[in-house]
Amino acid sequence: MIAFVARRVLIAIPTMLVIITIAFFMMRVAPGGPFDQERQLTPQIEKNILAAYDLDQPLPLQYVRYLTGVLQGDFGPSFKYRDFTVTELLLTGFPPSLKVGGLAMLLAIAIGIALGTIAALRQNSALDHAVMATAMTGIAIPNFVMAPLLTLVFGVFLGWLPVAGWGGGALRNILLPVIALALPQIAYIARLTRASMIETLGANFIRTARAKGLREQIVVTRHALKGALLPVVSYLGPASAQLISGSLVIEQIFGIPGIGRYFIQGALNRDYTLVMGTVIVYALLILILNLIVDILYGYLDPKVKPS
Amino acid sequence: MSSRAELGQVEPGGAAARSLAQDAWRRLRQNKAAMVSMAILAVIALLAIAAPLLSPHPLGEVYWDRIQMPPDFENAHWFGTDGNGRDLFIRTLYGGRISLMVGILATLVSLVIGVSYGAIAGYVGGRVDDLMMRIVDIIYALPFTFFVIILMVVFGRQIFLIFVAIGAVEWLTMARIVRGQTLSIKNREFVEAARAAGVSSAAIIRRHIVPNLLGPVVVYMTLTIPQVILLESLLSFLGLGVQEPLTSWGVLISEGAETMEAAPWMLIFPAILLALTLFSFNFIGDGLRDALDPKDR
Repeated sequence: MIAFVARRVLIAIPTMLVIITIAFFMMRVAPGGPFDQERQLTPQIEKNILAAYDLDQPLPLQYVRYLTGVLQGDFGPSFKYRDFTVTELLLTGFPPSLKVGGLAMLLAIAIGIALGTIAALRQNSALDHAVMATAMTGIAIPNFVMAPLLTLVFGVFLGWLPVAGWGGGALRNILLPVIALALPQIAYIARLTRASMIETLGANFIRTARAKGLREQIVVTRHALKGALLPVVSYLGPASAQLISGSLVIEQIFGIPGIGRYFIQGALNRDYTLVMGTVIVYALLILILNLIVDILYGYLDPKVKPS
Repeated sequence: MSSRAELGQVEPGGAAARSLAQDAWRRLRQNKAAMVSMAILAVIALLAIAAPLLSPHPLGEVYWDRIQMPPDFENAHWFGTDGNGRDLFIRTLYGGRISLMVGILATLVSLVIGVSYGAIAGYVGGRVDDLMMRIVDIIYALPFTFFVIILMVVFGRQIFLIFVAIGAVEWLTMARIVRGQTLSIKNREFVEAARAAGVSSAAIIRRHIVPNLLGPVVVYMTLTIPQVILLESLLSFLGLGVQEPLTSWGVLISEGAETMEAAPWMLIFPAILLALTLFSFNFIGDGLRDALDPKDR
């Protein structure tokens, strides 16, 4: 087990390095810099500013300095939010992002599996068709359409929930963003669960369990669900990646002060260090979540021995 | 079916291939969702192509006296007008042109890269295959959306770049599918026979492997198009995609979302068209998969 984790971490290191390198050089080869749009500065001041941010150094040196900084947890100063370091911004932005994203993920897993199982148990019934039609809607209507539509209905027409704003993370403020973020994943997970549940319910060991006279409830929850969840678990890695890209839009639409907004604002302002910082945090998050999923998979599937 | 198709079936040699396709077509026709989706897509595509003929209003025309009007049949503003007094019907259809074009072209880019990469990796095998697939694994772990966004910011928002950036990101799954298929095909008897007859590797890939890949490739292609349209709309929604005077569904939805309290029609019409298109492609993809690969049911 430890060897498995260690090997995965070893693979993750070059991946992170590739991500950092690509992101770093992509930002830097771009025409235009972070201080372009301001009023004309005297050459001396401009030189001083560039020197203060290390931008007057040759590119390879900047790269090495940046990398050493990141290894020590220092993501450099933000170019646009003058009084903050990127590390500070990330620390303030992470909790709201985590709250909305984490809740959306939990909601997606719980509701997705429940809906998929119900649909599978009542295969080809009206209920099954209704669930699957809803799932298709969740897949075909993207986040950034669903979010304004939800706001239009619940915020504007019905007036039950606030249209946007963070409100310190109060439940009524995060309800719509969480739902908008979770819907497509609920749909995917429900479809996956249904398909694999139907397959598992037809397997021989389920017939055996039923033949032993076990109650249907136990057959489903103890025997079938464990095997049926394997494809769902392996989907959780990509799901978290999709959830994270979805959160970019959702945070923008609902005005959530998370790192997704920092990324978009940073990219638009050419705030190199801020963009790099958010990309690194997201990439790290995706890698860690994938690792957790792999370990979980090893526990659920006796055929995979993570050794 | 016309009598010409029946005549064609009598032709020697081509009969087997044709009957397989016909078989798939017959199964596809029984899939109501897929057939309805095809009809819907055809209508949307026709509307987008024939856009200038369908509305009396030119694309960029600004009507100062009709700003943000709800749908108005007297003046032929079927979808209303936007905040600049432009006709939304014509803008939505032109937006559809861009969205569909990006969807198809970027998918073709991903198709070319993915199929050649996967076919080579699968056919050559061994160390080359390991290396090529390891590269795909590493790229897979990268947060795509972020790189596309950085690319768009860095290199300006040119429409050409949107195809390339999205295509360059979407080829990975195609490469994996094609590689897997190639691995299983290359050990079949007919490939062995071709090799024994002295056919070159390039010719075997082109003549024997790629044609046999068509089924899964077509299925996956139909499922890639909606993803690409979605990604383009997302970029445009964030203000990083298509720029004025061009427009796309993402741009229109973004404008509509800003004014939805005062002018919900600006959001609703492009949103419905986008959702219908995505729906249709997904249903057709599902239908094609069932039709081409009956054992998967």
